[in-house]
Amino acid sequence: MKRHLLSAADLSRDDAELVLTTADEMRSLADRPIKKLPALRGRTVVNLFFEDSTRTRISFEAAAKRLSADVINFAAKGSSLSKGESLKDTALTLEAMGADAVVVRHGSSGAPHRLAHSGWVRSSVVNAGDGTHEHPTQALLDAFTMWKHLGESKPGGLEGRRVAIVGDVLHSRVARSNALLLRTLGAEVTLVAPPTLFPVGVESWPVETSYDLDGVLPKADAVMMLRVQRERMNGGFFPTPREYSRRYGLDARRMATLQDHTIVMHPGPMVRGMEITADVADSARSVIVEQVTNGVAVRMAVLYLLLGGAEPAVGGEE
Amino acid sequence: MCAQPSPAQQETPPSSGGRTVLDDRDIARALTRISHEILERNKGAGDLVLLGIPSRGVPLARRIAERIAAVEGDDVPVGSLDVTMYRDDLRLKPARTLMKTEIPPGGVDGKVVVLVDDVLFSGRTIRAALDALNDVGRPAAVRLAVLVDRGHRELPIRADFVGKNLPTSLVERVRLSIAEIDGQDGVRIEGGAQ
Repeated sequence: MKRHLLSAADLSRDDAELVLTTADEMRSLADRPIKKLPALRGRTVVNLFFEDSTRTRISFEAAAKRLSADVINFAAKGSSLSKGESLKDTALTLEAMGADAVVVRHGSSGAPHRLAHSGWVRSSVVNAGDGTHEHPTQALLDAFTMWKHLGESKPGGLEGRRVAIVGDVLHSRVARSNALLLRTLGAEVTLVAPPTLFPVGVESWPVETSYDLDGVLPKADAVMMLRVQRERMNGGFFPTPREYSRRYGLDARRMATLQDHTIVMHPGPMVRGMEITADVADSARSVIVEQVTNGVAVRMAVLYLLLGGAEPAVGGEE
Repeated sequence: MCAQPSPAQQETPPSSGGRTVLDDRDIARALTRISHEILERNKGAGDLVLLGIPSRGVPLARRIAERIAAVEGDDVPVGSLDVTMYRDDLRLKPARTLMKTEIPPGGVDGKVVVLVDDVLFSGRTIRAALDALNDVGRPAAVRLAVLVDRGHRELPIRADFVGKNLPTSLVERVRLSIAEIDGQDGVRIEGGAQ
């Protein structure tokens, strides 16, 4: 039975389009006086965050609450996890409390998969970012934002659109999930990074790669800048931050080479002055704030489709 | 969404089998009469808002609005109200695809809302619609217009404006085809004793 969302690759084209159209309906809720729907009344959603996160956790919390679910936030800091409790024991605790869905963020790639397939919990597991592996709901909200700006009226409207994903691809779960999902939706993805920040095996991804940002920008319909994840770096990946931002940062000069309709995206958190300058981040092309708004709608759609019925309407196998 | 609890009824194409009980001209006459009844009851088109229940209630609501505009000369706001998330059987089936909810710009507060659906059966769709409407605003009054009332109510709900009362047996299915969605107008009864 399909009941987890662990990887963007779990989503077929139909699944992805269903999530996007559902998210579109969810977004219209923001214009109503009562921003609440009864779909998940009596269901419990646990936000299990082993890694720091602001926007993803708040976004999932808002999404679950707008669907009337009960939300339990569980952060590693200030819990028994800091006393040395294992993932298994934490999972068994959640199971005993009757969680219907566990939204998990973990520093280790594969932790949500372990949680979903171990038999420790019966709930649906939603991956909210695991290590350097995947972040499928971020990819969905990015695709939703692109569809709203670039797509045709139907959600498959990204066919043939060119998306450049620029920066620290090596440590980015966002890049991997986006590459997989955008491919499913028919877009053409180009990853741009210095040679040291490409992951091993990137040639097997369904993407083009380039070291030359200036060559890629004029052709792109959407440019997604990635944060340089220095907390995951324990070596010299580039000589100096300044050299990095000169070669791979998006500034006003580079922004001027974009096509008129091209949008600038960033999954957040941004480091202004590093991968993106403040004037670009605050420009009319920037849809960064909108990405956050869309995140709530997309996560509502995912939670609704996984938990709203007797069995989920989207997701991976088992 | 139709009033019948059977999902298969919505998915089967409007094709062979069964008998036609209303053709396109019958439907046109029924809608014209409903439009006049709405105007008569409301004493004009003032403060009216028509909300169709997707999918087939929405084109019906538009047609009623066109007729009202033709008679009174006033444009009546038309919208749609998806009831999926308010259904009492949401938990019993796989998560359903949501339909469009479009509330007209003026909202529903203080207005007379006429809910428009194709077939009134158990009444559960209308109960869900009343709950959904509750989250949208506070209308001065809510009325219900349906093209076909086939009986077998399971809740204390009744329609104010009915196109045709159609006594049916529970094993039969009532299918409305509508030009905007199915290519042609017609109401058929399928299944049951032939």
